[in-house]
Amino acid sequence: MPLALLKYGLRAAHSGEPHFRWPSDLKKAYDVVIIGAGGHGLASAYYLAAKHGIRNVAVLDKGYLAGGNTARNTTIVRANYLTPEGVAFYKESVELFRTLSNELDMNVMYSERGHFTLAHTDAAMRTARWRAEVNKHMGVRSEVIDAKEVKRICPVMSVTDEARYPILGALWHPPGAIARHDSVAWGYAKEAMRRGVEVHPQTEVTGIIIEKGRATGVATARGTIRAGKIMQAVAGSSSHVARMAGLKLPIRTIPLQACVSEPVKPILDQIVVSGSLHVYISQSARGEMVMGGATDPYGLYSTRSTLDFKESLMGHMLELFPFMGELRILRQWAGMADMTPDFSPVMGLTPIESYYIDAGWGTWGFKATPVCGKRMAECIATGKQPDLLKPFALSRFNTFDLVGEKGAASVGH
Amino acid sequence: MKIMNCPLNGPRNISEFVWAGEVKKTPDPATAPDAEWAEFLFLEENLAGEVLEWWLHAPTNFWFIARRNTVTDEILETMTVDAFFSRNAGGRQ
Repeated sequence: MPLALLKYGLRAAHSGEPHFRWPSDLKKAYDVVIIGAGGHGLASAYYLAAKHGIRNVAVLDKGYLAGGNTARNTTIVRANYLTPEGVAFYKESVELFRTLSNELDMNVMYSERGHFTLAHTDAAMRTARWRAEVNKHMGVRSEVIDAKEVKRICPVMSVTDEARYPILGALWHPPGAIARHDSVAWGYAKEAMRRGVEVHPQTEVTGIIIEKGRATGVATARGTIRAGKIMQAVAGSSSHVARMAGLKLPIRTIPLQACVSEPVKPILDQIVVSGSLHVYISQSARGEMVMGGATDPYGLYSTRSTLDFKESLMGHMLELFPFMGELRILRQWAGMADMTPDFSPVMGLTPIESYYIDAGWGTWGFKATPVCGKRMAECIATGKQPDLLKPFALSRFNTFDLVGEKGAASVGH
Repeated sequence: MKIMNCPLNGPRNISEFVWAGEVKKTPDPATAPDAEWAEFLFLEENLAGEVLEWWLHAPTNFWFIARRNTVTDEILETMTVDAFFSRNAGGRQ
């Protein structure tokens, strides 16, 4: 790759190759139809084509390519979860992320920064120890550090007893990283399209055809198409699409807001999260401080921004990073998060034959993009729930077998 | 800040309230099978549009019912639990 780049640089003319090969018309039938052209849907299409030889695939989306929560998340990648099921799953995602730029021949700007989960109470310290032990057992690097060590690693953080909620210590996770979210989705789209996958934006699915308990096609605004298998990956609209297939989900759609500051020179190397204060922050490659907090206090199908969010976020943020008082907010936005009762996703088989679900990604979807795509593709290709996805099956709610993932973003402990 | 009209306390800041989710029919503890409890506990209609929900005014621990539009973020109506269930002829759900 670097050699190819050098040769390209020395050429007289710098011709570009379009990333995407847009199809024109919908075909009458596909082996697999994926509803939702976000990171997860595109990654699933890519792995279906690249690893399972299933290339007659259409990815449909009501809007534009990767314009939903893929474009709205805060791009943090980590594996320091609480449950063994969650840690094993996200660990594979981190491993896939590390080589993703090569695999997709596109720079996803994967940048390992190290990740703090701050503890301000004894209870949070206890959870940090719990998570560290589970992580180490599963082969993920995490350790509990004290306040002095937090200050040593991150000198710009205000670590003082004078604070309203003094920092007692932290769960320190060196592999924690950020990546360029758009590049991840575009890379998957590009490589999937190169292998024959069709991506159709502005193609809203208006109905799902079920015959004798089996999903056989979808009605769209551009006509009806038949499908051997159907997968939905539509985040905040999960309940809406599933209802078309006759499914009721354990999901509530709640906005998650985030914002960025104006760009400044590099000052914050690490990713800092505080579950107790409901804040997280990292500095992007562009220099913007990327910040977020907890989900909104009530459910909504809207991406409006609120002043309440900024106020509560900044109050705590200034306590951690007093220098932030000099920065201005550049943008604020929201995504519609599909929250489950146990803060874990819902993946794999459904009661409807050949209908597959990828939902319940709440505030933790981006970091799972590669592993989810890989394993959902396996699930669709084989028609069986892969071992790694077994704890996350939709059927767990019928058997009261929830996963209880309190390591999710900004969840208080 | 968004204002919600509490049937007991009048208009208050939305931050004083706790969202408790959809009004659902409570299963009969004497007869309901596990599947019915699972549906009651976990499954949601999660509608885009008009919904009826339980809300709590936390400082006074007062529970009531609100009718909201989840697309436009409008609070259409709030009512006491008694008013809600007497309006819905089926009695207490």
